Amino acid sequence: MPKIKSLEELMKIKEDAIKDLKLRQSGKRGKVIVAMGTCGIAAGAKETLKAIVDAINEFGVDDIAVVQSGCMGLCDVEPTVEVSLMDEEPVIYGNVTPEQARRIVEKHLKNGEIVADLVVKRGEV
Amino acid sequence: MKATVVLVSVDSNSVLKGAREYKNLFSQLIGEYNLSEMVDVLETGSFGVYMDGVLVEVLPDGVFYLVKSTEDVKKIVEEHLLKGRRVSSLEVLPEKVRSTVVETEELVKETRIVLRNAGTIDPTNIREYIANDGYAALAKVLKEMKPAEVIEEIKKSGLRGRGGAGFPTGLKWEFTYKTNADQKYILCNADEGEPGTFKDRLIMEGDPHSVIEGMAIAAYAVGATKGYIYIRGEYYESIRNIQKAIDDAYEYGLLGDNILGTDFSFHLSIRLGAGAYICGEETALMESIEGKAGRPRLKPPYPPVSGLFGKPTVINNVETFANVAPIILNGAEWFKKYGTENSAGTKVFTLVGNVVKRGLVEVPMGTTVRELIYTFGGGVANGRKLKMVQTGGTAGTFIGPDKLDTPLDYDSFKNYGVSIGSGVILVVDDSHCAVDIGLNVFKFFEHESCGKCTPCREGTRVIIQTFEKLSKGTATKQDIEYLWQLAELMEKGSLCGLGQSVPVPLRSLLDNFKDEIYAHIDGKCPTGICKMETKKKKKVYTRY
Repeated sequence: MPKIKSLEELMKIKEDAIKDLKLRQSGKRGKVIVAMGTCGIAAGAKETLKAIVDAINEFGVDDIAVVQSGCMGLCDVEPTVEVSLMDEEPVIYGNVTPEQARRIVEKHLKNGEIVADLVVKRGEV
Repeated sequence: MKATVVLVSVDSNSVLKGAREYKNLFSQLIGEYNLSEMVDVLETGSFGVYMDGVLVEVLPDGVFYLVKSTEDVKKIVEEHLLKGRRVSSLEVLPEKVRSTVVETEELVKETRIVLRNAGTIDPTNIREYIANDGYAALAKVLKEMKPAEVIEEIKKSGLRGRGGAGFPTGLKWEFTYKTNADQKYILCNADEGEPGTFKDRLIMEGDPHSVIEGMAIAAYAVGATKGYIYIRGEYYESIRNIQKAIDDAYEYGLLGDNILGTDFSFHLSIRLGAGAYICGEETALMESIEGKAGRPRLKPPYPPVSGLFGKPTVINNVETFANVAPIILNGAEWFKKYGTENSAGTKVFTLVGNVVKRGLVEVPMGTTVRELIYTFGGGVANGRKLKMVQTGGTAGTFIGPDKLDTPLDYDSFKNYGVSIGSGVILVVDDSHCAVDIGLNVFKFFEHESCGKCTPCREGTRVIIQTFEKLSKGTATKQDIEYLWQLAELMEKGSLCGLGQSVPVPLRSLLDNFKDEIYAHIDGKCPTGICKMETKKKKKVYTRY
């Protein structure tokens, strides 16, 4: 770590650190729930989760919490990801590979468009 | 940054309950389940409450767990972290942890200035402190303010020393600023020897950088280039976290030469105490740092004129320094919004004794003793009745239930005879005897008196002898009268704060618990704790 020489450098570190911390806060715009039951993990939910976190950082979406849950009963389309934003009906996506996860983050979380080809269910499970 | 964070509350209490081991087990199991890319395990300071186990928070879910065994850790990892199912059997309601008490639909909340970061950030990570406005105040004073302006701001804020005496901090700094010398020092008194006080420990464990930043600002204001934090030796966690914080601050260029590219330099290091109460007295503390026996010096000269190594020195308590950065950032007017007219800001109180929720709370100055015990402390434990409260630490006042509505600030001693001291609220229920408690307190002072001056050395002994007589039922009214004289003598004749403050608990005990003490003279202990010596009965010869 090079020494901080100016106020601007301190503010730069502050911004970086805030980004890191924001992931941790609860009480956000909404959340992404990755089903991490045995079925989900077997289908690769861990890689999906990792991809979501990476994509969230990449696109700078800092007001969404990433939460894990158990199996939601849709074992045949695992890995499943539920996006539930505050004033929207929850959307469940199925067969979410890491690449698709990136798409979901970019399209749905960032731009607010539902990724229609992956949707398996709308509304509460 | 990872998706899930497990925050383990690590402080001196939870370490004894295995916090470190649980934390390591969390990391180990998370590795075994191949979750290490997703889950971070971090240590944080105290959450502020004490439960029978180690508190853990899983974020961003915001779920608190009370971990009591390695089995519990396994459960949380296997169920919550792996499968996303909450372990309801181990869950603790967030309200219980975050000290928000729901009382008839009205939320009673703490006001956190000093403890703003404790329990929410990783104290060993400087970046998390910076993210929460850390070192922004230091940058502000270095770039925008002259030393005299800093002092003026602190003076205007009305900040007073949080160690117990309540001396205005800005004045102390100004005296040091105005003294000319080739070297000045900043000292942080982290010896925290007052029995029942543990606020400084939790500040240092939970947010060490706030103390360091406060000291650096003070150094800039008075023109000091060297500082020491005098931490008592048993505070292993504090020492570890402060040392880590100092190392990180040096690495980031926030301590050392040419801080933030300016020509201001400040060097800071830790000195350890060896467990003497007297070393919490400022001049004895300086003697101790200089390598001599910890004995107080004759005052004046006061530290701002001649302190450590005979140089002008600012010495403040941990909590005082922790208040500095928020004042600089938010301004004196903001700070004055909290608290009372002559005592601005908040105070960290430690609730101990027979109270339901032991722990610490930070509330505005002027909060009453009743609120502290019943609103934040949850009342007297085990359904017993309140008998007495000792406020302000061992050197503080004993009060009965009739004075519970006293608002606590730095004037409450003068106005109501209730001292705020270092912020201890020791709750005593009706199963205890006033004489017995007194005996305990004064034995502490006798043990810790350094022996340098006669009033303190001999006075504490005489008090103990009298209380021992009381507890045996052999004391007389003259003995009590003598104690009153002794109190005056010690107050006026003792060299330092130790001897001068012994009369505070003594007088308040004699005054507020008169009836019980006089009952002992009559040979009765109302609670039955003191074992009265049966007075030798005169043999009565009857003639048949």
